Amino acid sequence: MLIILIALFATAALCPLIFRYFRRNGFYIVAAVPAVGFAWLLTQFPAILSSQLDSANGQPNAPPSIEYTWIDGFLVNLDFRLDTLAAVLLLLILGVGALVLVYCGRYFKNDDMGVGAFAAKLVAFAGAMIGLVTADDVIIMFIFWEITSVLSYLLIGFSQALITARRSAMNALIVTTFGGLAMLAGLLILGTSTGSYRLSDIIAAAPQLSSMGMHIDVAIGLVLIGALSKSALVPFHFWLPGAMAAPTPVSAYLHAAAMVKAGVYLVARLAPGFADTAFWAPLAVGIGIATMIIGGYRALKQYDLKLILAFGTVSQLGFIIAIFGLGNADAAFAALALTLAHGLFKATLFLAVGIIDHNTGTRDIRKLSGLGRKMPLLAIATTIAAASMAGIPPLYGFVAKESVFDALLHLDGELAWVPLVGVVLGAALTMAYSLRFVIGAFGSKAEVAPVECYRPSLIFLAPLLVLTVGTVLLGLLPGFVEPLVKHAATLYPQDPEVHLAVWAGFTPALGLSAVALLVGVAFYILRARTDTGVPLRRKVLSAEEIYRGLVNAVDELAIWVTGRTQRGSLSFYLGVILAVALVVPLSIALTVPTPWPTHWVIADHPAQMIIGAIMIVGALAAIRAAKRFMAVLMVSVTGYGMVAIFALQGAPDLALTQLLVETIVLVAFVLALRALPKRLWVGISKVKPARALLATALAAMTVYVAIGMMAARNESRISLAFPDLAYYEGYGANIVNVTLVDLRVWDTFGEITVLAAAATGVASLIFVATPVARRLRAGEIKSGSIDHGSEAISTGEFSQAGLDIARQFARSNNKDWLIAGHTLVAERRSIIFEVVTRVIFHAILMLSIFTLITGHNTPGGGFAGGLLAGLALTVRYLAGGRVELAESMRVSPNILLGGGLAVAGFSGIFPLLLGDPVFSTYVWEFALPIFGEHKFVTSTFFDIGVYLVVLGLVQDVLRSLGSEIDVLSEGRSPVARHDVVAGYRRGVGR
Amino acid sequence: MSVNITFLAITGVLLAVGYYLVLERTLTRVLLGIVVLGNAVNLLILTAGGRMGQAPLFSPEVAPDEYSDPLPQALILTAIVITFAVTAFLLAMIYRSWSLTNADTVRDDEEDIRVSQASAYDEEEDAPVEEDTTEFVDEEGRPIREGEE
Repeated sequence: MLIILIALFATAALCPLIFRYFRRNGFYIVAAVPAVGFAWLLTQFPAILSSQLDSANGQPNAPPSIEYTWIDGFLVNLDFRLDTLAAVLLLLILGVGALVLVYCGRYFKNDDMGVGAFAAKLVAFAGAMIGLVTADDVIIMFIFWEITSVLSYLLIGFSQALITARRSAMNALIVTTFGGLAMLAGLLILGTSTGSYRLSDIIAAAPQLSSMGMHIDVAIGLVLIGALSKSALVPFHFWLPGAMAAPTPVSAYLHAAAMVKAGVYLVARLAPGFADTAFWAPLAVGIGIATMIIGGYRALKQYDLKLILAFGTVSQLGFIIAIFGLGNADAAFAALALTLAHGLFKATLFLAVGIIDHNTGTRDIRKLSGLGRKMPLLAIATTIAAASMAGIPPLYGFVAKESVFDALLHLDGELAWVPLVGVVLGAALTMAYSLRFVIGAFGSKAEVAPVECYRPSLIFLAPLLVLTVGTVLLGLLPGFVEPLVKHAATLYPQDPEVHLAVWAGFTPALGLSAVALLVGVAFYILRARTDTGVPLRRKVLSAEEIYRGLVNAVDELAIWVTGRTQRGSLSFYLGVILAVALVVPLSIALTVPTPWPTHWVIADHPAQMIIGAIMIVGALAAIRAAKRFMAVLMVSVTGYGMVAIFALQGAPDLALTQLLVETIVLVAFVLALRALPKRLWVGISKVKPARALLATALAAMTVYVAIGMMAARNESRISLAFPDLAYYEGYGANIVNVTLVDLRVWDTFGEITVLAAAATGVASLIFVATPVARRLRAGEIKSGSIDHGSEAISTGEFSQAGLDIARQFARSNNKDWLIAGHTLVAERRSIIFEVVTRVIFHAILMLSIFTLITGHNTPGGGFAGGLLAGLALTVRYLAGGRVELAESMRVSPNILLGGGLAVAGFSGIFPLLLGDPVFSTYVWEFALPIFGEHKFVTSTFFDIGVYLVVLGLVQDVLRSLGSEIDVLSEGRSPVARHDVVAGYRRGVGR
Repeated sequence: MSVNITFLAITGVLLAVGYYLVLERTLTRVLLGIVVLGNAVNLLILTAGGRMGQAPLFSPEVAPDEYSDPLPQALILTAIVITFAVTAFLLAMIYRSWSLTNADTVRDDEEDIRVSQASAYDEEEDAPVEEDTTEFVDEEGRPIREGEE
């Protein structure tokens, strides 16, 4: 059976290809797959019918089964089991499936859009249904269950352009997945209570489960909600008439023969074990009967042939579920016979409606007239199917309904008359709407002109005729079906006392049939007399209106909640986040006993207090500063204060790194913010009490919690082992550096990845429209052309003499101190700066490499080295402008970033090639003639990667915040913001 | 362990200043707040590492607990560099915001405000539609008569 399942899904995948070559005739090829499956299924019946249904998988006489372990830890397995119930449903799924696909071959036109995809969904749906009914694992069953919901959604929405199709598809999806969710919860409760998710185990354990208490009742109730929603029972029934927006073959297959039977299947499956649980009878039997009557009544009110059938289907599904729900052998026998009957006649009727719609262009019974004469063959076949639906002898529908009446007459108990009366009433309504359907579709109406239409070809009619023949044959020879349904009923202790027979003598059941038919005719006549041809406004709130109301209420609630919480104000969001961050930890810290330190010191060193005082003053000044750069400077006071603290504390690496970063950050601030006004927060600088209170409280809470945490420490620090680890296993004396490149190397690797990402982010924010330009060469730029025309740096103060010297310097024939210094306009140049840069640049670069190489043993390493090199680059840029930056670093930052990551990554992978763990470190000791004994540690390669990434980051910052902003603002004063903005308005840099 | 009051005081003030600045609407101040918060937290980690000690450069004569704790140092070192990267990124954002809107303040999100005032009416869900009695319709939903197969 797995082969059919896989073959169907594989065919679905191939559908687009098949339909590209064969157009709509591809349907005939595709139909072969379920047809072959059907033939195979027939060969399996002897084995299935000779098996013992209640024996566990693996027993010699168990039904055919397949088992694969899938997720062992969660007890979820790919178990499939082909027992009689599954096989009977497979007959419908495969048989009707093949016929519907054949039908599609003439229903669609060659130039219809998306036929290939349509066929793929239909075939995949057949596969999913097979999985659903054969799965012996509830989780697997649930997965297939949801696949059918999704495919149903896609198929209903086939006509994407129509709002009705889209809306109906969405309604169907929401209702069925709601039910599916309830069902999943129920299945999980059942599975965990049983200790197995195998369906056959759960049913076998039903007696023990039922005695476990209320939660099993609830679980079964939840599963039933899933079944009811899928089979469109009240109050979920409204999605099925809506689903009639789907192409008619889909309605015939999914919404009559196959998918809606999933709920029936589930009820039939669980009834032998759980029919006695608390919610079973009201949900399955009660709602089933109610649905049968409501559906039948609503069908009588419809004018659209398809809607008559849709409400009729709702009615019939309620009927079948109610009978299965009775939970005894007779009922199971009769209900299964009825399921087959329904599949046969309802598919026929839908296919007939499809042909009528296809050939006349309407399904409205008020417009159709005289069709019986135009399409006699169709009319005969349809009438037979409708008669079977109404339960008229000698058709199979009659035989099945007789067995139901029989089963109901055998029912014991005080309330046994309720289902009997309900079913007879429902059967009468069925008779009435069957008449309405047949006469509405094919009858001649005096006041309506006969419709014009083509006759359908035989090949278009063929599938429908096959089904009709089935209905007649099974009616006359019910012996084909009897062994099947009888075997399926062996799951119950008693033997069924009912039989399938077209003539069993004058029995009470026959009398009930006659009553139902006569009452049905009366209903029809009554309805025909009062029918005005205009749908009445109904006074009762329909289920669909309640559903729409619910959806709207959810929308309103969502908008209300969104409006209250998503106010669009960042300060508000942050305020809420910080307030929560204040209240939650504080309330915990205040309610549980907090350890408190016994030993305090004011400071480890007097200098700490002086540094601290300076930092505090700087921080407070940053709040009050009215000018942008003043605030930046005040903040950097705290940064440099950190440098001093680190140095005192015994953290030379930190001091070094912080010092370098602080300097580069200062440059970056100036570069990025130079275009912004000096003073921006005029009037904003007064302190706001609420914010200040929140900020102070948060800070106090953080410090309080920190004190508690420090006091709670009762173990010695974990890093006591680090010195030995670093020296004897990492081969380096600088413990911090070895920690970074060896002991905690994964952290560092993650971090440099973040650096690369941030650098790319900076560049992409600045180079928005302009691609990164070709690298500039100093030789190609006209001397003194860069930044020409901008106003002097500081008019007035800069003396004329100074300007003269600068111009002279620019014009002198001496070899340039910097490669691209000459490209700047004279006013922008600084002789001293250029000379000094020339003198110190290479020295800084050498120092950075030295710092990198020796970082393993002395303060330094990749971070400090990269920052130093970046600083050297910064000096070049500041002295010589953007062309100088391009000249001094001829590789692009992208290469540095990517190359650095590659080098670091390779240093991790390389040991794998030697069979060692990732990021293993090797040491290579060697002696040099003058320099003596040395050793080289391979983690230095990782540090080189870090160095390159950091250098790339600094270069990217200079290129973006420096060069590119230069380009955008050249020729204007950098602080004349209106100029700059006007430039952007014209599209520069946007 | 002994708790260093000076460090806690600095941390407290820096945190308060940082939180306050982050709550501002001016982007530059928000960024400065983040920088200050970074410094404050680095100091807090350092404080949690214990008292001052020898620089963590291995020497066989020094007992392991005489070094200043190297682990928080490694953490802080990466934090410093990451803060640098974040600062650069935010600077680029400030510049971008300035060049697009001519302001370096965070404005209220108009889209959010629009959403909060939206009506629950949804064309797709709520517009009244007529029921079709045929599926053979053209793009506007008008019936087209079919016949040929």
